[in-house]
Amino acid sequence: MSTVRSPFRSQVRALTDHAVTGLAVLATLLVVTPLVAIFGYLIYKGAVSLNWAFFTQIPKPVGEAGGGMANAILGSGILLGVASLIGVPIGIGAGIFLAEFGRGTKLANAVRFTADVLNGVPSIVMGLAIYALIVVPQGHFSALSGGVALGVMMIPTVCRTTEEMLLMVPHAVREAALGLGVPNWRSVLSITVKTASPGIITGCMLAFARVAGETAPLLFTALGNDFWSASLNQPIAALPLQIYVYALSPYDDWHRLAWAGALVLILLIVLAVSLVRFVTSRGVLKGAS
Amino acid sequence: MGVSIEVTNLNAWYGTNHTLQDINLKIPANHATALIGPSGCGKSTFVRCLNRMHETNPVARVTGSVRMGEMDIYADTTPVEIRRRVGMVFQRPNPFPTMSIYDNVAAGLKLNGYSNRRALDEIVEKSLRNSALWDEVKDDLKKKSGASLSGGQQQRLCIARALAVDPEVLLMDEPASALDPVSTSKIEDLIFQLKAQYTIVIVTHNMQQAARVAENTGFFLNGRMVEFDSTHKIFTNPSDKRTEDYITGRFG
Repeated sequence: MSTVRSPFRSQVRALTDHAVTGLAVLATLLVVTPLVAIFGYLIYKGAVSLNWAFFTQIPKPVGEAGGGMANAILGSGILLGVASLIGVPIGIGAGIFLAEFGRGTKLANAVRFTADVLNGVPSIVMGLAIYALIVVPQGHFSALSGGVALGVMMIPTVCRTTEEMLLMVPHAVREAALGLGVPNWRSVLSITVKTASPGIITGCMLAFARVAGETAPLLFTALGNDFWSASLNQPIAALPLQIYVYALSPYDDWHRLAWAGALVLILLIVLAVSLVRFVTSRGVLKGAS
Repeated sequence: MGVSIEVTNLNAWYGTNHTLQDINLKIPANHATALIGPSGCGKSTFVRCLNRMHETNPVARVTGSVRMGEMDIYADTTPVEIRRRVGMVFQRPNPFPTMSIYDNVAAGLKLNGYSNRRALDEIVEKSLRNSALWDEVKDDLKKKSGASLSGGQQQRLCIARALAVDPEVLLMDEPASALDPVSTSKIEDLIFQLKAQYTIVIVTHNMQQAARVAENTGFFLNGRMVEFDSTHKIFTNPSDKRTEDYITGRFG
């Protein structure tokens, strides 16, 4: 007993406590540093080139000063819209199947495995696959093919987060619904999915933010466009593509625009995610987990 | 009004585990019936067989018959239908976490497509009054989440939710075991009042509780019902040696 209470032991314990806390803080800083650094550097490099024209004008020919990426912002919006229309419903549907209806079946295991593999497919390969499946048969690059490529990339993330979030809903909550004489399908849709919805929305946002910055799958599909286009059947501009082209160009002017584009891309993603969070959190009661 | 329950030769299995063996008993209408026995003796399985909740477990299987009034719940109806007539309150309070107090109570009706606002308002108030929760929550019915209430209030909310679908039978699986003594006594008072309108079956580990609320008590042991009699008889002069050993605390 006396050894346990000796001052030396308690000092060692306090020291260990400090050391472990210190390591945890250090690790946290290491995680946060790159994010802050990237964001700070983007603001430093990009903010100077941000002006009204950037959001309202299309790119000017080389040599002419000014110009903006308005068409790329619109294009990214359209591409992500198409991608979300494909990725979110299919992903959530598959996730619901995995967690609720297909649990333990061979089909569910196959779907889960496929989703995991799909998640690991390099994005450039996804671009090539959609190129072969849509662009070649159609005979031209298009916004549609770009949106499909991004949408397919969203599916596995949405599907697996949906499944995991549904499995986290306590068994007691499902039993409560079934015990009231609610049919199983109704209980799944109105109770289980609703209870898990904050997590499912987070998964969708994660997938959305991830594909919003993708360049590779768009190279062979959306292609890029220097002019206004909102047609699904035409090549379309996208912020990541524009940044890619501008950053690789030999012109200082374009480099500055690329920095501004990168900053705008990140800001738009943050804006979109915050907006969805705000809209979906309204009406959900405080105190609900 | 409550309805009587007649159980004949009920056997239940989870996989190869024979959890209930040859249960025969008659539960009278508008009475509270307590089921006691050590953990794992099959009493929870038994009440789950009374509203076919055991069927949510894919390996569960049942033989025998359970009649509620004139209806054989295994032959004449569906699990969904029977669960509307037989309400259930679980061991741990399980309000729907994303719903307001009001929506929790209305859930059973709303999810079954009932949408008459005024009637819903009335049913919600009546159910909350019947579960002795109305005065505590009436001012923030739609403002507060069911999950924000205390444990005892949550359990009464769950009782209100079960009452709102107007069942004939109320099954309670250790409804007070996760609650403090004050909340427990509120639940017991409630059971006392509710049996005027419903047939109540309550599983409990607390023998004083059984003695306080129930007219009849059944003693379960190792998947069999050892004895079923008036509560007074079970606790003062049991016919079976094993019942006596259990209630005097010699095992279990």
